[in-house]
Parts: sequence; structure tokens; C-alpha cells
Amino acid sequence: MAVDTKAAPAASDEKELLISGSEAVAEGLTLADIDVVTGYPIRPYDTVIQAIAKKIANGQLVAEYIVAEGEHSQFEIVKHASTVGARVFCGSSGVGWAYAMECLVVTPPLRVPMVCLVGNRALDDPGAFGVEHNDALFVRDLGWMLCWIDTSQEAIDTTLIAYRVAEDRRVLLPLAISADGAFLTHSQALTLVPPKEKVDRFLPRYDRGELLLHPDNPITVAPQANEDWVIEIRRQNDEAMKRAVGVIEEAYADFRRVFGRGPENPWFEEYMTEDAEVILVGMGTISLPMKVGIRNMRQQGKKVGLVRLRWFRPFPTEKLVAVLSKAKAVGVVDRDYSFGSPFHSGVVANEIRAAMYNADKRPPLLSFICGLGGREVTLADVDKATDMCFAAAQSGKSDAKTHWLGVRE
Amino acid sequence: MAALICEVVYRGIFQKNLAARIARGIVLSARKSGRWGIAFGRYGDSPQRNGIPAKDFAIVADSKEELEQNMARYEPKHVDVTICVDDTLSKGVESWAWYGLQPINRLTVPNGTVLMTSLQSFDELLSDIHKKDAPYKLSLIRAKASFSGLWVYKEDHTEVRILGALAKIAPAFLTLDAVCQAISESEWGSDLKVASARKAFDRIETRDVKITEGNTEIPYSYEMPKWWEMREGVTIPAIPIGKPKEGGQGYVPERNPYFKKYTTRTMRPVIDFDTCVKCNLCWISCPDSCFDVMPDATFDANMEACCGCGVCEAVCPVENCITMVNESVFSDNASQWEMWRKDKGVYKTWLIDKISNKKATARSHGFRFRGQYEEELKQDLDSGGVEIIAGIPGENAQHKTV
Repeated sequence: MAVDTKAAPAASDEKELLISGSEAVAEGLTLADIDVVTGYPIRPYDTVIQAIAKKIANGQLVAEYIVAEGEHSQFEIVKHASTVGARVFCGSSGVGWAYAMECLVVTPPLRVPMVCLVGNRALDDPGAFGVEHNDALFVRDLGWMLCWIDTSQEAIDTTLIAYRVAEDRRVLLPLAISADGAFLTHSQALTLVPPKEKVDRFLPRYDRGELLLHPDNPITVAPQANEDWVIEIRRQNDEAMKRAVGVIEEAYADFRRVFGRGPENPWFEEYMTEDAEVILVGMGTISLPMKVGIRNMRQQGKKVGLVRLRWFRPFPTEKLVAVLSKAKAVGVVDRDYSFGSPFHSGVVANEIRAAMYNADKRPPLLSFICGLGGREVTLADVDKATDMCFAAAQSGKSDAKTHWLGVRE
Repeated sequence: MAALICEVVYRGIFQKNLAARIARGIVLSARKSGRWGIAFGRYGDSPQRNGIPAKDFAIVADSKEELEQNMARYEPKHVDVTICVDDTLSKGVESWAWYGLQPINRLTVPNGTVLMTSLQSFDELLSDIHKKDAPYKLSLIRAKASFSGLWVYKEDHTEVRILGALAKIAPAFLTLDAVCQAISESEWGSDLKVASARKAFDRIETRDVKITEGNTEIPYSYEMPKWWEMREGVTIPAIPIGKPKEGGQGYVPERNPYFKKYTTRTMRPVIDFDTCVKCNLCWISCPDSCFDVMPDATFDANMEACCGCGVCEAVCPVENCITMVNESVFSDNASQWEMWRKDKGVYKTWLIDKISNKKATARSHGFRFRGQYEEELKQDLDSGGVEIIAGIPGENAQHKTV
């Protein structure tokens, strides 16, 4: 059971509901008053579509709900709706996300602030339903902002923050919120739902300005261009992603001001890292067994901490390096794979290796692949990874390998 | 250490295979004397749409290293020989938006050569070719623009005649014997083609062009915006709505200020404003919105916007009211309507002179009636199969009702 173990105290004006991560996203979408949503079912993403349908049927949300004939159309429809000024939502899982790839590619250069939910799911084959992060990671190089959430509370909060960031005129980039299939999409936890008045103070109206496709503002979107233009367009995207860093920090600060809660550090959650000799790094609901494992190990006197990465794009390079540099060893646990990559590691491990390259202090880094296809990440897995990290901390050397945990061998 | 760099300027689609054959022929001919070479097209600079000016290049060099040295850029910035296989391109080329008008001799090195197929005189061509700040040579092969493109390859020997002429221009790289050998070995070669190449070698006409000679027009040009000056989101603003012409009468649409497109044109409409019945069909059918509505409700084809497609002539219900005439007989883009308004008698004389010119009203690109291809080839091959005039002018006349 992936339940947030810290019971949040109910603020007077917030409702406490027992809802899944997907339902929490739907609560967020209702509060954000989205205009157009497209749906094509695929597990586990379908849970959010079902929740939105219910909101609309109950009269709690007024939005165009368009059932597309596949993911490709689904993303095209919201892309176009967004260019005419609609606040849009869409999403998918696994190979459904892959099927929409052509549309996902064109969304960032067109500066469409689409917000999506990726219910992380293993890619076929074999046909599988459990979580892997490779689906959302498809778009990591293309100008999509990517974040991973851990709880239902984070689901609703991040949904509101996502529109604020994506639609900011300085950014205007699509944003995919990743939620681990089953562990988050299908697990109901006690969640605070803020009142609409507060949301209205936090989230301004979507305004595309001169990029709005409208009869009063006739423009051509996405013309053909030759080599004299493409690199400039890429450079614009690059700048938007760089500007997103400041906009994200602004949004989280404002979120705390308006709602009176939320993390100080938007980029990652730190758990017992202050005095940690070994720091484990992971994304998503993997934090739960890791936190429990860390508490057990702390009782044995082992100084272990966790960095749960929330934002993968933009990647919080400096902040992450500052924290990880203090450790004697770092263990990165990937719930994804990158076959043939350096050290045959997962994506996050290699990103962190790259981020640490210029650091003055580079502790040994161990890379783990774990929990693929929704396999349970056990406390024993966490213990094993941590022990290996302590050994590396002692020797002062990375082992230049990638260790698969929880695989039958 | 030496290299020969050639560009082949051609009309997209209509001549793409012709240009490719010439570029290949240069490399294969130079190979006969042990040289290295490369032939390439740059589709970024050659959009390969109907009639849009495009380029192929051929580079041959003494060594592989020198060849690489000349290849290490997107495309050559200077060429020893500019080959132009359509003399209507002598007015300059504009292949994409923001490129401006590029004189045909822009890349030609000082004392280099512009080699053209044309039936015009040197002086007629030099009234179109822009002045250059260095002397160069203008060489001519007597032929009209060959149509050897995507759909059909007209075997009128244009490619071998160009190669034969090049042997005269750059004998250090391409000897006539090497050219002839390369032609006979190629899949499209024949003894007759070898003979055509030899004749072209003998018949090429060349004259020096001084820096004082040429069209004095300053070609329009633009500075490309920086990345931070460009609109975001891959968006471009629409062309604004146009304005009335005079006294609130008529209508002149705004047009793309960065892409005039008229170098795509090989023929232009000549309009008889006296017989125009103001039916709107030309205006409404023009795919480029090139017609300006005049205060008297007639339609003036704006020559900065007309691509010369001929749709207006086809839809006009009045016989000889709109007639397509070859671009070579015009020297500017001036308004026909203004000329007509100024002096109707003078205009009538000018109009009749243009539309009764059988050579100038023959279609220069494409085949318009069954058997035209065979008929053209029946003509003297080594003059490029010229003088086809039957059946073409006013080709839609039988359908005209007014």
C-alpha cells in the first residue's frame, strides 16, 4: 500500500478526501477549470479520464470532453485547442504515449503549454501494466518539462503548479506529470483539496498573447522552414526551458504563500540527508520503501538519506550537485533502463553522473536498476543497495557497474 | 593544386534531372584525367517546386584533400563557372523567403564565366543580368530552356552541349576528349550526343563583360533576424489587409515583404484593359493574389507578386484579353495598367507587339499538346530544338466565349 504515512493536518478551508493520485489530478483539473480534455483509455492513465468524466457528469466541471480514436489524435486535438487559447489536459501511458510521439515532438516548438499525466507503465513487449519510467522519458530531450510525483497530495498540488508554470509567458512549454502506475494512480490516500478562491489567487488565466490563433490575430503556425531558421527555433526552446527554472521556483514560493503548505525546494525532496554519509536517489513512489528502509538502517546507526527527484526537466543540476557532493557515496536507483548507455545504467544515474562531472567533490556513484514492470522494491533491495554504497564510501571508488536489484538470478 | 567549382542554376522540378546530369557529367569527365570530384544538390537552397530557382554544384580538384577543403561548407561561396540552363533566370534568383534577389553572376569569381543556354543576344541578356564589381565572361550556347525534370527528360542534348562548352571554358580540367569519353560511357550517352558536345565546343560564343555593363538595379536584400528577434512558437503574422488604390477605389492587397517570388516566373500575363469585362475570374483564381483591383474595376497583375502560372489566361473568358508572354521580352516589373492609363494608343501598340510575338508566346516550360515532344525533337537537335510555335499561342482561345 502506497499511502502517505504523514497525516496532513486539515486546514480549515481545505476539504480532506480519500482519493487516488489520478482522482487528485482530476480534482486539480477541476480547480484549474480546464477547457478541453481528450481521452483515449489505457491503463493506468484511464483512471484520470474516468474521474474527469465524473466531474463533468456531476456538473462540477464544464469542459469539452473529446473521445479520440487514439493517442495520436488525442494529443493533436489538445495541441490545437491550446493554440486557440483553451486550457487543456491530456495524457497516456506506456505504448499509448509512444503512439502519440509525433504530436509530442511538435508540441514544444509550437510553445503549447499542454499539461499531461503520464501514468507510468512498462513498454510492450511483453504486454505489461506495471510501472517503468521509460515512457515519459521518451520526451526528455525535446522541450517537455517532466516531473515525478509521489503522493495524491503532490498530485493535486503539482497539477495546479503545472498550469501556472507551463502557461507562463516566459515558458509556454508542455509539461508531463508522471505518476507511477498502480502505486499512485490506483492508491487512495487522504488528500487536502483547496477551495476555488485560493486557486484563483494562485493560477491566472491562460493568455498566449500574440501567439493566440484567433480571427482577430491572424497568424500562421508551424510553416515549413529551411536551415536558415531551425537552429534559431531550437535556441528559443532552449531559452524557454532555461527560463522555466526561475518560473518554477516562483510558482512554488507563491503556492506556499497562497495555500500555506508545499515544499520549500521545488526540485527534490530531501529525507534525512543532513548528516547522511550515503544518499540514495530515486523518482516517484520508490521513495516509500526507501524511506522505510532508511529509518530501519538509521536505527542500526547507518547514516543514510534519500533525495527524491521531483523535477527531471528542467534538471536541477546545481542544487542536486550541492547536496550529493556532501555525501561519501551516492546510490541512484532507476526505475527505467537505457540499454547500451554508459555503464549500462538507467537514465537518472547517467544524468547525475553528467551533472557531477564538473563538481569539485565527486563521491563514488553506484547505479541500480530496480522495480521494473511494477516489481516491488523491497526493503531488502534498499538494504543491499545501501550496503554496497557504504562499501564504496569506504573504498572511495565507484564500481563502474550497474546493479540490478530484485531480479531472479 | 587546383580546383574547378561549378554551379548549375535551374528551375525546380522542370530541370532538376538536367542539372543533376550536368553536375555528374562534370565530375565524370574530370575523372578521366584522374581528378577527384563531387556533384551535389542542396535542397535547402533548391526547394524543388515548379519553376523555383534552384542549384546543383560540381567540384573537381587535383587531390582528395583539396576537394574536402572546398566541400567543408554548406555550398560554394564562389564558383568558377555559373551554368544557367534557363535564360529567364538572368534576372536573378530568389529561392526562399528572406534570401532577397541574388544576381545570376553573384557567385561567379572575377574573370570567371557565366554559361547560359539562350536565344537572346548578349546585349539583351546584359540588360537583365546585374552589374558585377569584377569583370567576367558571358558564354552562350544557342538553345532554349530545356525541360528535363521530374516528369519527362527531353533528350534535346542540352546536357552534352553544356559539357562540350565547358571543355572550351575550362580545358585544364575537362578536355573535350575526356568529356566525349564520359558521355559515351554514361547510360544516357550515344554517338550522336558525343557529336553534339563537339559541335557545342566549336560553337560556344563568349564575350567579356566589363564592370560597367549590366542591369543597374540594386537587388533587394534582407537581414535575417536573430533568434531572440524572431516570434516564438514557430508563428508568423498574417499579411495585413490591403488598401484601396485611389480615392477609395480599387484594392491593393498587402504582400509578403520578404518573399517576392517573381523569379519563379518564366512567362507573364499581358492584359488588354480595353477588352476586360471585369468578371473577376483572374482575380479570384490567381493562387498568389497577384492582381491589384484598379479604380476602374479592371485587374492589373502585379509583377512583383506574379509567379507566371497562367491560370488567369486560362480562366479569362475574353479572347486575347490575358496572354502569357515569355519573360525574356520584358525588362522591368512596371505596372501595365499605369502604362495603359498614361497613353492607351501606345499601350495598344506595345500589347500587340508582345502578344503577337509567336516565339515569346510559345510555352517555354512543359508540353502543352500531344506530340509536342516528338515535334520539338524533329528540329535541329544541336540547336536545342527551337522554334516550336504551332498550336501554342492563345491555347485556350477555342474555349473563350466573349
